[in-house]
Amino acid sequence: MQRSEALNEADRLMTICNSCRYCEGLCAVFPAMEMRRAFTSGDLNYFANLCHACGACYVDCQFSPPHEFDVRVPSVLARVRHESYADYAWPRALAPLFRRNGLAVSLIAVLSIAAFILGFVAFNDPRALFASRPGPGSFYALMPHNAMALLFGAAFLWAVVAFIKGARAFWNDIGETRSALAAPRPLLRAVRDAASLRYLDGGGVGCYNEDERTKDNRRFYHHLTFWGFMLCFASTSIATLYHYLLHREAPYPLWDLPVVLGTLGGLGIVIGPLGLYAAKRKREPMMMDHDSRGMDIAFLAMLVLTGATGLTLLVLRETSAMGVLLALHLGAVFALFVTLPYGKFVHGLYRFLALVRYARERHTAAPEARSEREARST
Amino acid sequence: MNGQSDIAEHPAAYDVVVVGGGNAALCAAIAARRAGASVIVLEAASKFYRGGNTRHTRNMRCAHDAATATLSGPYSEDEFWDDLVRVTDGQTNEQLARMMIRESKDMLDWIFDQGVRFQPSLGGTLSLGRTNSFFLGGGRAMLNALYLTAERLGVDVLYEAEVVALDIDGDRFHAATVQRKEGRMRIRGKALVAASGGFESNIEKLVEGWGEIARNFLIRGTPNNRGTVLDMLLGADVDSVGDPTQCHAVAIDARAPKYDGGIITRLDCVVFGIVVNRNAERFYDEGEDVWPKRYAIWGRLVATQPDQIAYIIFDAKSANLFMPSLYPAIEAASIGELAAKFDLDPEKLTETVAQFNAAVHEGSFDPDTLDDCHTENLTPPKTHWARRIDTGPYYAYPVRPGITFTYLGVRVDHEARMMMKAGGPAANMYAAGEIMAGNVLGRGYAAGIGMTIGSVFGRIAGRGAARHAAQ
Ligand SMILES: Cc1cc2nc3c(=O)[nH]c(=O)nc-3n(C[C@H](O)[C@H](O)[C@H](O)COP(=O)(O)OP(=O)(O)OC[C@H]3O[C@@H](n4cnc5c(N)ncnc54)[C@H](O)[C@@H]3O)c2cc1C
Ligand code: SF4
Ligand code: SF4
Repeated sequence: MQRSEALNEADRLMTICNSCRYCEGLCAVFPAMEMRRAFTSGDLNYFANLCHACGACYVDCQFSPPHEFDVRVPSVLARVRHESYADYAWPRALAPLFRRNGLAVSLIAVLSIAAFILGFVAFNDPRALFASRPGPGSFYALMPHNAMALLFGAAFLWAVVAFIKGARAFWNDIGETRSALAAPRPLLRAVRDAASLRYLDGGGVGCYNEDERTKDNRRFYHHLTFWGFMLCFASTSIATLYHYLLHREAPYPLWDLPVVLGTLGGLGIVIGPLGLYAAKRKREPMMMDHDSRGMDIAFLAMLVLTGATGLTLLVLRETSAMGVLLALHLGAVFALFVTLPYGKFVHGLYRFLALVRYARERHTAAPEARSEREARST
Repeated sequence: MNGQSDIAEHPAAYDVVVVGGGNAALCAAIAARRAGASVIVLEAASKFYRGGNTRHTRNMRCAHDAATATLSGPYSEDEFWDDLVRVTDGQTNEQLARMMIRESKDMLDWIFDQGVRFQPSLGGTLSLGRTNSFFLGGGRAMLNALYLTAERLGVDVLYEAEVVALDIDGDRFHAATVQRKEGRMRIRGKALVAASGGFESNIEKLVEGWGEIARNFLIRGTPNNRGTVLDMLLGADVDSVGDPTQCHAVAIDARAPKYDGGIITRLDCVVFGIVVNRNAERFYDEGEDVWPKRYAIWGRLVATQPDQIAYIIFDAKSANLFMPSLYPAIEAASIGELAAKFDLDPEKLTETVAQFNAAVHEGSFDPDTLDDCHTENLTPPKTHWARRIDTGPYYAYPVRPGITFTYLGVRVDHEARMMMKAGGPAANMYAAGEIMAGNVLGRGYAAGIGMTIGSVFGRIAGRGAARHAAQ
């Protein structure tokens, strides 16, 4: 198969890095690269998804531009990563969604919000949209719970199937077998590395952003975003259980678990992405892949929109603004879910799998017999 | 020297003026600043290229009594000294060298305290050396840390500020003149630390020592180490040390850029094949010795061959035994075909290989020690790692001398103070790093010692200069 320009460039860079190896202590990409002498496309996709874009290897490299070797590992791996997302997308027909992702995601978001507003109006008395209706069950006056559960359940299921298909495509591409995923140790190791964002620490000092000073903000904001997302997810799951098992209807009181989790999570997915966006604006342009900028920002925007509408709904749920806010929030959540497999969210999935592979490789590969031969070469 | 009126005067007069921007310069600047002096660093390069050859380094050699977080096993002062005597064949100033080795014990901690980070010695696949500590992220990362610390401490740094004149009166420094985009500027100081590297990137100066053949040399590091400050100092009657043709030179890929190719153009496959010159003849025992000797001798060997070029020839058996390098080896199905790709005489090369193969006495091949594979009745012999070159495809790398750094420099005393030709130390002039490396390294090289010389003498020079300025 014809290799893309980005893959060719990544191959060139990895060849340089493999003869240099100065960055081997910074993250997992370099040790993974050192286990090979030549790189298949699958290898390069694996490295690309292993990279956390901490920037250290750009700031530390003696061959970064303006040097004629033009070594820009973070930006080139970002480009390969971006292309790989489209390659693994399921169904194939939706792969182009990665191309003008910012536009696509915004359109889907606007359409789904509009659909909720129209739906509320169409299925109810139009005035119901603006009625204030405090107390349990008030949301379901606008949209029956079963309809909600069906719609979001379907969107969720769709996303899960797409993830599984994508994960499979990635796993095949990097040459792994299904049984490799069953070994518990690499899996655990990868969970730990992913949850702590171990490789977003620039080799120990924090990630680099606009210059040679390390500022660990990106890791902090990423934690806020990730855990915020997880809390929101937990909140929704618990609310669903409440509904079906305890027959308790939303909205729940402020002290109740779904609301507490949702509020904390909502704050996380508002503050985290805003912090990440601010960092992105200041980031050294040479460390970035500009083609994926739209996708990155679209995802951050969707998270902020979801969190902000959810929090506003919480504050104003007993006022006449509730109907519109509910439509906004549900529209945002729906759009977020259906676009998850076709946007930046997938980086987490592939990076996790790459970490599993790395943990496995490190575990099984014989400790490299690197004698002092190399130590002496200057 | 330079009193013309078109030269602007820097408003501040500094205690210490440091010329250069590499490891030696920054260690001096930080040490001087920590000792209370006001310090300016004058660096010819732009911010990206700051730090000359230090950008390309990877590790540093220090004596230590016990294993540390970044080093395995002890490396005693005596062992360090033995290594130095061996590589230099005794051409070293014993008093200075022993002092440097003693001081090196404290150096890793000091460097670490300046923010430089090292790779852990026991980390997954990274099993590091006993003698050398590796900078995490390499030399540029190390420099970034030193610059951040210097800036935080209040050291002023001028980039793109090449020193073009030194105002020296007898044995006393007064001011340096720098060339900047906007014009020339004169900067006064109470003491000088010269840490501007060697003269390896000044081809004309290399030609003075080596003759015309030096035009075919490649320079592994910065194009900025032109030795102009060294010339100014020697011109002002500072005493010199070393021989202009002594330097660290290795055989690097002939396709490397003229300057700044760095570490990735090195080739460490000599021992696995044979090396021929452009007449397709072998000229030296490729299996002579283990590291570091075999690595550091090939630059000089190739320099003495016609057109300063040679070819490392090996076969498929050896293709994966050494570190990968930047440019792929040239490949061919037969030795004759390989020769043709380099304009070598195919018949001659085929014959050279056949003669070699016929002389090989294969034993048990072991790439990591001096094994018993050797040739019999062949001149020059190959005394170790001799295996027949008979398994296609066949490969070759063209190589040229790659100069790392030069040894002719200024003579210094144990305080890193420059010595005057007339005898006795200069009043307020100090030197550190490559510019005075010849005091310790008369010839040869032990990996990581460039950083040791720069750090140890840099710190001593900085402290001395600060002390002098305070008087
Ligand atoms: C590829 C390569 C790998 C190496 N690896 C190692 C290693 O792993 N370990 C090791 O110990 N050594 C290594 N060395 C050797 C090491 O680089 C040198 O010994 C060391 O950098 C010398 O430090 P320095 O500060 O004296 O000189 P440099 O680091 O070269 O700094 C000299 C500085 O002076 C500046 N300068 C020059 N002229 C002027 C002027 N007129 N005005 C103002 N500024 C000027 C230059 O711009 C430069 O910043 C390596 C060298 C190379 C080329
Ligand atoms: S990024 Fe630069 S310094 Fe790091 S391994 Fe690659 S070439 Fe070497
Ligand atoms: S940007 Fe960071 S994570 Fe990515 S390859 Fe470079 S050092 Fe590794």
